[in-house]
Formats: sequence, C-alpha cells, structure tokens
Amino acid sequence: MMSDGGIEDEEKWLAEGIAGLQHNAFYMHRALDSNNLRDALKYSAQMLSELRTSRLSPHKYYELYMRAFDELRKLEMFFKEETKRGCSVIDLYELVQHAGNILPRLYLLCTVGSVYIRSKEAPAKDVLKDLVEMCRGIQHPVRGLFLRSYLSQVSRDKLPDIGSEYEGDADTVMDAVEFVLQNFTEMNKLWVRMQHQGPVREKEKREKERSELRDLVGKNLHVLSQIEGVDLDLYRDTVLPRVLEQVVNCKDEIAQYYLMDCIIQVFPDEYHLQTLETLLGACPQLQPIVDIKTVLSQLMDRLSNYAASSAEVLPEFLQVEAFAKLSNAIGKVIEAQVDMPAFGSIGLYVSLLTFTLRVHPDRLDYVDQVLGACVKKLSGKAKLEDSKGTKQIVALLSAPLEKYNDIGIALKLSNYPRVMDHLDSATNKVMAVVIIQSIMKNNTCISTADKVEALFELIKGLIKDLDGAPADELDEEDFKEEQNSVARLIHMLHNDDPEEMLKIICIVRKHILSGGPKRLAFTVPPLIFSALKLVRRLQGQDGDLDGEEMSATPKKIFQLLHQTIEALLSVPAPELALRLYLQCAEAANDCDIEPVAYEFFTQAFILYEEEVADSKAQVTAIHLIIGTLQRMNVFGVENRDTLTHKATGYSAKLLKKPDQCRAVYACSHLFWVDDQDGIKDGERVLLCLKRALRIANAAQQMANVTRGSNGPVTLFVEILNKYLYFFEKGNAQVTTAAIQGLVELITTEMQSDAKTQDPSADAFFSSTLRYIQFQKQKGGAMGEKYEPIKV
Amino acid sequence: MVLVLALGDLHIPHRAADLPPKFKSMLVPGKIQHIICTGNLCIKEVHDYLKSLCPDMHITRGEYDEDARYPETKTLTIGQFKLGLCHGHQVVPWGDLDSLAMLQRQLDVDILVTGHTHQFKAYKHEGGVVINPGSATGAYSSITYDVNPSFVLMDIDALRVVVYVYELIDGEVKVDKIDFKKTSTSHSAH
Repeated sequence: MMSDGGIEDEEKWLAEGIAGLQHNAFYMHRALDSNNLRDALKYSAQMLSELRTSRLSPHKYYELYMRAFDELRKLEMFFKEETKRGCSVIDLYELVQHAGNILPRLYLLCTVGSVYIRSKEAPAKDVLKDLVEMCRGIQHPVRGLFLRSYLSQVSRDKLPDIGSEYEGDADTVMDAVEFVLQNFTEMNKLWVRMQHQGPVREKEKREKERSELRDLVGKNLHVLSQIEGVDLDLYRDTVLPRVLEQVVNCKDEIAQYYLMDCIIQVFPDEYHLQTLETLLGACPQLQPIVDIKTVLSQLMDRLSNYAASSAEVLPEFLQVEAFAKLSNAIGKVIEAQVDMPAFGSIGLYVSLLTFTLRVHPDRLDYVDQVLGACVKKLSGKAKLEDSKGTKQIVALLSAPLEKYNDIGIALKLSNYPRVMDHLDSATNKVMAVVIIQSIMKNNTCISTADKVEALFELIKGLIKDLDGAPADELDEEDFKEEQNSVARLIHMLHNDDPEEMLKIICIVRKHILSGGPKRLAFTVPPLIFSALKLVRRLQGQDGDLDGEEMSATPKKIFQLLHQTIEALLSVPAPELALRLYLQCAEAANDCDIEPVAYEFFTQAFILYEEEVADSKAQVTAIHLIIGTLQRMNVFGVENRDTLTHKATGYSAKLLKKPDQCRAVYACSHLFWVDDQDGIKDGERVLLCLKRALRIANAAQQMANVTRGSNGPVTLFVEILNKYLYFFEKGNAQVTTAAIQGLVELITTEMQSDAKTQDPSADAFFSSTLRYIQFQKQKGGAMGEKYEPIKV
Repeated sequence: MVLVLALGDLHIPHRAADLPPKFKSMLVPGKIQHIICTGNLCIKEVHDYLKSLCPDMHITRGEYDEDARYPETKTLTIGQFKLGLCHGHQVVPWGDLDSLAMLQRQLDVDILVTGHTHQFKAYKHEGGVVINPGSATGAYSSITYDVNPSFVLMDIDALRVVVYVYELIDGEVKVDKIDFKKTSTSHSAH
C-alpha cells in the first residue's frame, strides 16, 4: 500500500509527517537557543527523517519539504554563528556526516556546505563537487529530486562564476557550469525515472504529478543562463551540446518537450541564432510524439520578435542563413512525424512565414517558397475540413496581405492561389473577402489585365459556384454582402490606357458572366458603369478612325455592353436592364452614334412592354424613358418621332389615372427642348397638356363615381404649372386665356370641394398663385407677359 | 443651431466602391442632428453606415435603390424651415430649375433638396432655396461630366440657414458657404 491510499490517507500521512517534523523542530529550536550543537544535530536529523517517507504524492511531499526547508534556513544561520564563535566549519562538515540516515545526512551536509563555501576555507568548486557527488546516494526519484533541488537552491548564489566572490582559478566558469550541468543531468534522470515508480494503472496520474515537478529540473537551466561567464562560445561549445545530449538521451517525451521549450525561453535570442544548426539538429532526434511544432513555432516567434526589435540584428540572420536552416528543419520534422495533423504542419509554415516577413520582407521568393512547401504538404489530400487547419491557412494567407498592404504582392506569388485551393468553399469565400477588403482598405488599384486575371482566380469562390461545393444553404444577407464586395472591387480595376482598360473589362466580363443568374444583378451594373466611363474617355477622340488596329472604340464597347446587359434577362432583372440600356443610349448619344442609341432605346422599350409588369415600376420606368429621351439629340426626325410616339403612348396607358396624367404632361418636354434648335413644337406640347387635362378630368369623374368626392385637384394645379412653364418659355400655343381658364376652374373646384379639402393641394395652388403674382410684379418683359392674367 | 447633412447619389456599389476616405473621416457620429438623403445609396450597407452617423434620417427613393420602401417625396420641418426632399428623376427635364421650382411649390417648402444630376447646385429662388448636394462619391453620371464628390451641410439657426458645400477636388476638400435668410413674408404652412 505505497501510494495506493486514498486522498484521506494521504492527508493523514502528511499531517503525521508535519507533526513529527514540528515536534523535532521544537527540540531543535531549544537546542539552538541553548547553543547545544549536539542536540541540534540530533533533532534536525530526526526532523529531516520525515522526508524519508514514500507515502506522499509529489504535491504533498513538496508541502513537507517546504516546512523542512524553512527550518533548515534557521539551522544554517546557527551554523554560521557557530563558525563565528570559533567552531571550525571543516569540523562541522565532518560532524554532520555522523547522522545515521543518509537523507538527513545529505540535507545537513548541503546546509553546512553552504556555510563552508561562504567561509571560503575551501574552494567553492571542491565543496560543490563533493556535494553533487554525494547526492548520488539518493536514487529514489522524488526524494532525490527534492534533495538536489535543495542543493541547487543553497548553491545558486555561491557558484564560482566570473566576478563572483567565489571565483576560483582559470577554469572557474567551467567549474560552475560543470556543477550545474551535473546536478541538472542527475535531476533529469531522476525525474524521467519517476514514471516507472508504482503500478502501471496509475501511470496517467503519475505523469500528471511528474509534470508538476518539471520546474525543479528546469530551474537548473535558468541557473545556467544566469551564469555571467557563459558567453556565446561556452554556450555553443559546452552548455548547449551537453544539455541537448541529456535531452535527446533521456528518450522521454515529457522531458524533451519541456526542456526544449525551456532552452528556447531561458537563453538569449542571439545565442539561438548563432547555434540554430545545433538546436534544430536535435529536433528530428526527439521522440516521435514530442510536440515539436510548438517548440519550433516558439523558436521562430522569438526570432521574429528579435528581428523586429532592431534593424541592426538583421545582418546576423543573413549571415547564419537562418531562413534556410529553419525551412530545412521544418521540412525534416514534417517528414519525420508522419502523423502530425494538418493544422500542426500548417502552423509551422505560418510561423516560418511570419519569420520570413519580419526578417526578409524583400524576399518574395522565400515567401512563395514557404507557401509552396505548404501546398506540397497539402497536395494529394482532399480539401481541408478541420477548422483548426483552415484557420491556420487563413492566417498563412492573411500574413502577406497584412505585411505588404498590397494585393499586388500576393498576385505575384505563384503558390498563393494554390494554397487557397485547399480551403473548403466557405473558408475560401472568407479569404476572398479578406483579399477584397485589403484592396479596399489600401485603396489599391489593380491596373493590368494579367493582375486582374490573377485576382479573379484568387476570388473565384465568390465569382461562381465551385465544383463540388455544397448546393448553398447560404444566408441571403451574407450572399448579398459578398456579391456587393465583388461589385465594389470592380471599381478598383483601372488603367488609364484605353486598350488595357478594355482588356480588363473583357476579363471581368468573362468571369462575372460565369457567375450564374443569382450573381449577375450584383456584378453587371458596376461592369457596365466601368465600361461607360471608358466610353466617355474615348468619346470625341475616336471620330470613327477606320484603322482596325484600335480595338478600344466606343462602338466595340457598346457591343460588349449590349451583350452584357442582355445577360440580365436570365436573372430576370428587367427593371435594372432597362435602366442600364437607357444609360448606354445616352452614352451613345454623346458619342453621336445614332443607330446604337436607337438600338438601346428599342431594347429599353421591349423590356418595358414585355417584362415590366408592376404598375409602380412602370411609372418609374416611363419617367426614366421620358427623362432620357428628352435629353437625346442624336436622333433624326423619323427615329425621334417613333420613340416619342411610343413614350407618350405608354404614358397614357399607365394603370392609374394620376400616373397617366403626370407622365403625359412630362411628355410635353419631349417636344420642347430649351437649349436646342429645331425642337420647339408648341402645338404638340399643347396637345400633351390638353391630353393631360382630359385625363385629370377623367380621374376626377372616376373619383366622383367611386368615392362620391371630388378627385385630385392637385393634378390640375400641376398642369397649370406646366402651362405657366411653357408660357414663360414663349410657346405661343399656350395663351393667357387658357391659363386664366385653368385658374378659374381650379378656384371653382376648390370652393365646391370645401368639405373634403386637400390642404396640400390648397397650399400648392396658393403658392402657384403667389408665383403668378410674383412674376406679375417682376416687371420687365416677364411682368408684361403676365400682366393680362388676373388672380 | 441644427446641423443637417444633405447628400445623395452615392451609387454604391454600382458606380463607386465607397465614399472618399476624406469624407468618411469628416463625417463622424454625434455631430449631425439630421441626415437628408435624396436617394440612390443604393444598398443596405450604405443605409446602415449613414444611420451610424445619425439615427434621424430621411431618405427618398432613387431609381437604383434596393429598398423599395423609401417614399418618392418627403417633407419635414426643422426649426423655422420646411424642407422638401425628392430624388429628382421624376422631374423632367432633369435638373431643370423651373421644373424643380414647380415641385417646390407643390411641396410648399422653403428648401428643396434633390439629386439625380450629380452636380452640386444651390439657387435662391422666389424666396426659397433649391439645393442639389451632388454625388457624395463623385459617381459617373450620364448628365454631368467630371463629377467631383460633394455633399452639403446645412446649419439651420432660426430664420437663417448657412449652406456649406464640401467638394473633393483633386484630392483636396474645398468648402464653400452660401448664406440664406428667410424673409418675414414666409409662406410656410405654419
């Protein structure tokens, strides 16, 4: 029943141990107070005997040890006093060796040894050597570990280091190092052996307990790093090889992982840099299950930070070819550890890439090499499914974007898209969005067709449904956001040279048309406007050059535009397509290409007739048609007549009377264009206005029938305003008499309709009358013109 | 004193990627009391961005807006002023002052804000003002060539409104100021 007892038993044993310890400590104190050396030794030895127990777990043993440790400090003070009182420290050193049991004897010996070194009656190195050798007498792992830990504790400020008061002869640093190394080696052996103590079934618990003791061992490395005399040479030639020898030879994964990490953490970065080969060389020799990737990542992170700390250290990195060595070591580790999970190996590449970006920001070939190695590792495997690995790839791909703030760099990396191919479709999209955001944030202009092609290859996850991607159960909002980000991106693709710009447009077009109906409504408009901007740049300078060598001509672009907008019909998005056709028509007008403008208009009308069904949508569409047509000056009489005829026709056929009325009076402007000779057809203007009046009348009658109230007086006021408009413009067909008649009509309507008065119509009419008044009072030609109208 | 941001025709993402960064850094939350937007934002992300600047927002519908709930016209009263809002594609001929003046009479407002032409304009007209804040992104327009990004801030104080126009010209923000006093013969409905 060794360590087999329950927790309660252990508590009991610990309590007993503490009681025994305190009991003897009490008598020891009494002996100390009365300067009774003999009793002091007797009771201290008995006190220390409590540490001989095998029944306590390391954790409890530690508690007991700490109490003993405190008592030993007092004893040490006493020994120091004794030597001052004339007792020979050499005698003391002999005397304590009479203790009956070996463990108390060795604790006492270490305690006196500390005083011995301090007295300088013998060289520190000799005393230390003696002590570290004698400690071999304890081979029980836990007892031995704590004893040696005690030795380490009492000796750490008494090492014969350079500059220390205990400094010895020529090889003094070596002596200090030897002592610590020897204690370290022995402690590690004891520690590793701990796992074999006790029954197999408790191994897991034991390993956990063992882990808790690791810092006792690691402390030695810390002491080593604190020795002044350990310079780079000594570290490289002695300390590191000896430590690594122990690490490798102990063949224990817990020890190996912990100690490798310890080495990296406690020794200075410049030492690591100068001993990279040795340190990395040990990695493949470690047990296969050691988590070497974490160790290496930590090393690379430290070196990265070191490189970032000062530009002065960068030449060192180049001198020792740190990149090649790390890259090589990672390759070997990945090769050796076949079972390493994907996220582990990718994690290593992330660390190496971080290192590369910090140390060699100018070496894109290194960056690409790291990505290439990662691709090689991933190739032959299916898309990465585990989320940890995916996260690592995103980190890998994001690092260059964050470093350079320039997507142009990523586009130069041949392996970049190949890494992206290994992402599952959801993550691929996330990465594509990250790329687009990087472009936006840095306001990067992508200026060549080649780069655009490469970019679309990178973000293809957003551009089309990838093969094998699950039939999206994608959130609609997310999809919209993604596609809108693609739309924004299209504005970042630009070249001042029209030929190159046209190439860019063609590439974008090719890609977005592959996106299928659900994407087109998002991606077509930005492309159309990008192309229209190019048309505007070419406009004027083109002048129908017959030369075939020029491919970027408005005509050619219009053709492209036509075919692109047509694709929207598959969505279907007729309202959007109609707007875009009208934009193109106006652009063709500005380029003075009548047939093209006419064709675009025809397309807009076809859509209006066949596809725009919603009455509200029709109202907006007809106003856009009228507004655009009003601005067109490229058409000859015949074409213009055809189009205006259609426009007025459709206006009068809108579903609701008020909408008809407004559209029809808007059509009046098609026959009267202010800044243009030729189109001032007063008669047809008047026809439109009269037609609008008839519709307003009809609307009113309908309102009378259906609601028993007068209809929209406001329509009459609107028409009155149109009359005034053309009256002022000098349309002789619009007479003062007609205006006067309308004013009176509205006044009557308003009065008869007093009960159901529409305050907004009232206000509108008042402000119109006020306007007439205002014009009358203006004087001059306008005042004279208005003079006959009575209000 | 009340600050009103007037803007419109951003056409994101159809014609522009985003607002100019210089504008974005000027437009910070908490300084503006009202936003009036003539329309053509065109997407929810832009709506949300504007809303983050100031929750009191008034928007009319442009022909490219995805949100069909924006009204065609809107009126609101700020201090002593009655403001009218409309995108403007409904008013033919587009951008024509006399036709806009009719809309101003129809809405019976002191200040009419419209867009669509992408060209900044501010007229005093029959004792009222007609303002077009231009395109906040400098978006392509079939009507106006070489559009500079612009927006308008109105500082409304009692009977006085100061209209500040911010225009981005060759990467620099230029500010212009137009002063307008409402006459005592106010014809506002109040």
